[in-house]
Amino acid sequence: MILAKVVGTVVATQKELKMEGIKLLLLEKIDPVTIKGKNDFIVSLDTVGAGLGEIVFYASGSGARQTSVTQGVPTDASIVAIVDSIEKDGVFTFQKK
Amino acid sequence: MILGKVKGTIVSTEKNIDIDGARFLLVDKCNSKGETKSDFVVALDLVGAGNDELVMISQSTSARETPMTKNKPIDAVIVGIIDVIDEYDEVVYRK
Repeated sequence: MILAKVVGTVVATQKELKMEGIKLLLLEKIDPVTIKGKNDFIVSLDTVGAGLGEIVFYASGSGARQTSVTQGVPTDASIVAIVDSIEKDGVFTFQKK
Repeated sequence: MILGKVKGTIVSTEKNIDIDGARFLLVDKCNSKGETKSDFVVALDLVGAGNDELVMISQSTSARETPMTKNKPIDAVIVGIIDVIDEYDEVVYRK
């Protein structure tokens, strides 16, 4: 799973039928030390109700289709968790407010 | 499997992964000598790896070939803690 920040939403009216009703979010991959964006973006389905500015991690590939929301949906990225804290080498680099 | 070094932990309460005692570790990918690349991945820990230990990670579909991760949205699992790496008959890493 890869750490990323929710930086926006993606709206598409014309899309694959199975994707209807599922929220699309724009994610920017982050560095877990600085929590800064890497200018590397991905469109992901939201399965946990993540909001703007939240740090999340997403499952990619076929793993993205293993949630109750995304079963049988043609997605290759799904947010599976909202991050509360990141600890690196004994120091908290991120803690949710 | 890829090699990585355990660098920290990730805590999450709101998640779509219902595995009892699931622990997510922050792992930095590394080479055979244990030199990290600053390329991080979040992996589920099944073997009780600790900080700064060299581990091997199974990715993608293979990550769901364990009883705990079957049919779960997991794409990276720590499947082993490395004791020794031998490259061209020379030990390049020892725990």
